[in-house]
Amino acid sequence: MQFERRARPPIWLTLGAPLIAVAVALLLAGGLIALSGAPVFEAFGRIASSAFGSRLALTETLTRTTPLILTGLAAAVAFRARVWNIGAEGQFYLGAFAAVWAARGIDLPWPLLIPVLMLTGALAGVVLLVIPVILRLRSGVDEVVTTLLLNFIVLLFVSLAVEGFLRDPMAFGWPKSVPLPADARLDKLVAKSRLHTGLFIALACAVAVWALDRFSVFGLRSRAAGAAPEAAAFAGVPLGRTLVKVACLSGGLAGLAGAIEVMGVRGYLTTDLSPGFGYSGIVVAMLANLNALGVVAAALFVAAVFVGTDGMSRALEVPSYIADVTVSLSLLAMLVALFFAQWRIRR
Amino acid sequence: MTDVLHLANITKRFGETLANDDISIRLARGELLALLGENGAGKTTLMNILFGHYTPDAGSVTVNGRPLPLGRPRHAIAAGVGMVHQHFTLAPNLSVLENVICGTESLWRPRSARAAARAKLAALSERFGLAADTEAMVSDLSVGERQRVEILKALYNDASILILDEPSGVLTRPEAERLFATLRGMAAEGLSIIFISHKLHEVMSASDRVVILRGGRVAAERRTAETSKEELAELMVGRRVERPQRQARPAGAPVIEARGIDVVEGGALRLEGVDFTLHAGEVLGIIGVSGNGQSTLGRLLSGLAAPARGRLSLQARDAGAATPGELIALGVARIPEDRNAEGAVGSFPLWQNAVLERIADPRFSTLGLVRSGAAKAFCAGIIRRFDIRGGGPETETRLLSGGNMQKLIFGRNLADTPKVLIAAQPTRGLDEGAIAAVHREILDARAKGCAVLLITEDLDEALALSDRVRAIVKGRLSPPVATDGLEAQRLGLMMAGEWEGLDAA
Repeated sequence: MQFERRARPPIWLTLGAPLIAVAVALLLAGGLIALSGAPVFEAFGRIASSAFGSRLALTETLTRTTPLILTGLAAAVAFRARVWNIGAEGQFYLGAFAAVWAARGIDLPWPLLIPVLMLTGALAGVVLLVIPVILRLRSGVDEVVTTLLLNFIVLLFVSLAVEGFLRDPMAFGWPKSVPLPADARLDKLVAKSRLHTGLFIALACAVAVWALDRFSVFGLRSRAAGAAPEAAAFAGVPLGRTLVKVACLSGGLAGLAGAIEVMGVRGYLTTDLSPGFGYSGIVVAMLANLNALGVVAAALFVAAVFVGTDGMSRALEVPSYIADVTVSLSLLAMLVALFFAQWRIRR
Repeated sequence: MTDVLHLANITKRFGETLANDDISIRLARGELLALLGENGAGKTTLMNILFGHYTPDAGSVTVNGRPLPLGRPRHAIAAGVGMVHQHFTLAPNLSVLENVICGTESLWRPRSARAAARAKLAALSERFGLAADTEAMVSDLSVGERQRVEILKALYNDASILILDEPSGVLTRPEAERLFATLRGMAAEGLSIIFISHKLHEVMSASDRVVILRGGRVAAERRTAETSKEELAELMVGRRVERPQRQARPAGAPVIEARGIDVVEGGALRLEGVDFTLHAGEVLGIIGVSGNGQSTLGRLLSGLAAPARGRLSLQARDAGAATPGELIALGVARIPEDRNAEGAVGSFPLWQNAVLERIADPRFSTLGLVRSGAAKAFCAGIIRRFDIRGGGPETETRLLSGGNMQKLIFGRNLADTPKVLIAAQPTRGLDEGAIAAVHREILDARAKGCAVLLITEDLDEALALSDRVRAIVKGRLSPPVATDGLEAQRLGLMMAGEWEGLDAA
């Protein structure tokens, strides 16, 4: 058995790969649900209804989708240029921290306050990713290692902040930060839910990133720098500068995700603000085949699996780990599906 | 003579293309057979079928009178067929001996029988004149030495039929001549050898018999002694191919002047005290064995390397620190040495590769947005004007053949009538038809007054196209000599670095 590269991957396979991957992942997850003794069809029914079945369910799923779109975009933008940003989790937390910290120091009227805080959060993410990328360009330090390890450093730093200099004195000893002022909170989209206007910002970012990639000189250059650095350099693409710009965009999106989450959902910073939004963003980006508009759909899928499985496991006593397992399976299945979209088997 | 190998009616289809169409070939014991054909004629596919990498759709292979089960390299090795691939398959972090015995011993043996293996290898290198240090690391070997190891590896597996895929593609000329001398010796010892090539001179000098493939079919078969280069060229291409002739014309004003340039790359001095003047309307050839600094010279003039000392000027303006974009804006056309790695992004459609290096040009972008309509029209124009086959503006570039990719690279550079053309190894790996096309483009550019710097290892090419040539040896340039009436002996001395006392032209 051998693999042979397809001259032209068929269009149905390129578009269908994520769907096939998701179907395979759900099938395998079904097997695991059966193994834990729960009725499989009922379990899937519960997942669907817990994710989409009521107004509350739907708003909860969309609330989860919002940060995943942004971290998914962060990963997709970076991976397209072969910048391996595994640090979206850290950039997310530093963005959230920066928004809360800045809100204490600045006093602006509310129409200005919110954009300024978002920008501060994005900037924090930029700094956190630009440093590893410059280290890679200057001294060849692998950014997979540096961005990954920075996640732990940032999380410990946030822990230091919420137990120390940012601690809320009114929280009866709970490790949480001082709350954001009411002016710095994002408006609710649906009353009595957690869904906030951050969703629109995330969607706007997806469209903007898609347009940038598709129509701009920067998009063309960064893709060239990622796909064939030597050819890009020969064609006069400034490799270092292009990768730093990519890092700014990617880190900024992840930082923005943190700022929006803290301003839209919680209103204060804790060390459990993110259930792994940064890491799930990588899955979202891969499921979307690094396409910015695909990221929206992939983020919705991942959010639905998490929210839906929560409800299902409460009802049927299937361990909620099944959500992580399903998302991970869909990533693996996607990698296999992408491989087969590019290659075919020859005997 | 008896046939040791018989390929009968081999047919292989990839998608819509018929790579091999009913091909039959016989090989006699002790024979040196050349398989000649242009890129894409089906040579490599045929040999991959013989070696078991592909299964044919129809046909059979007989080795020493016994049918060979197809589709399994293991069976081919057991039947005594050895293959030396174009791209070597050696592990650089292992020694020569380890590479040779790798895969020949059972994994269940507690330790490998190195002493016996070393003795067998020594006997083989003695018998066939393939000197190799068995303990040397492969990463320390030159390309020519690595190829010898590949051949030894095949012989170690008791191959009696040896297949070499474009063996001279990676070698310098003296190395290639040594290789073919060795192959002739091996054939005299009773080995049967097939080598794939598209170079006429080596087919003429080395082989006993030639099978010419064209478009996946056997176009003809000739005894080498009874044919000529011209006949083979015509059979291979299917029509008469003539390389264009250079017409005498006076050179114009100086366009590029280099004075005392040193270039340091990777911590080593690659160019030392380089002086030259390039005039409008002339072709200056830079000849030499690869690894003597010509890559650096190409990169210097392409804007990818800067002089550590000395002055490079383009029409009297300092251009030493110019970036690729600035050079392009000043009218410098650049043909990169490594077409596949540097010339184009394989996963991009043609139109993006056509404009990537000119994307800052207001024709192709406004306010940071790509004007894709204009870019596609530009690409379509190049495709028409330079006769690029195999796709339109939206085709992925990696699907083009080497010759067509080179036409795209020439096309995007020559579309705007440049003042200077820097061509580094412009015909490396191209077939006869594509070489003639590239030569025509270079001479056309010269006729329009373009100053051409041609860096090449191919002496015939350098002499045919250049008004003057200079040799590059260890990063230094010889004085220029006119190519008209140049004697081979003098050229040889130049390439050996002996140019004291030669008078300049």
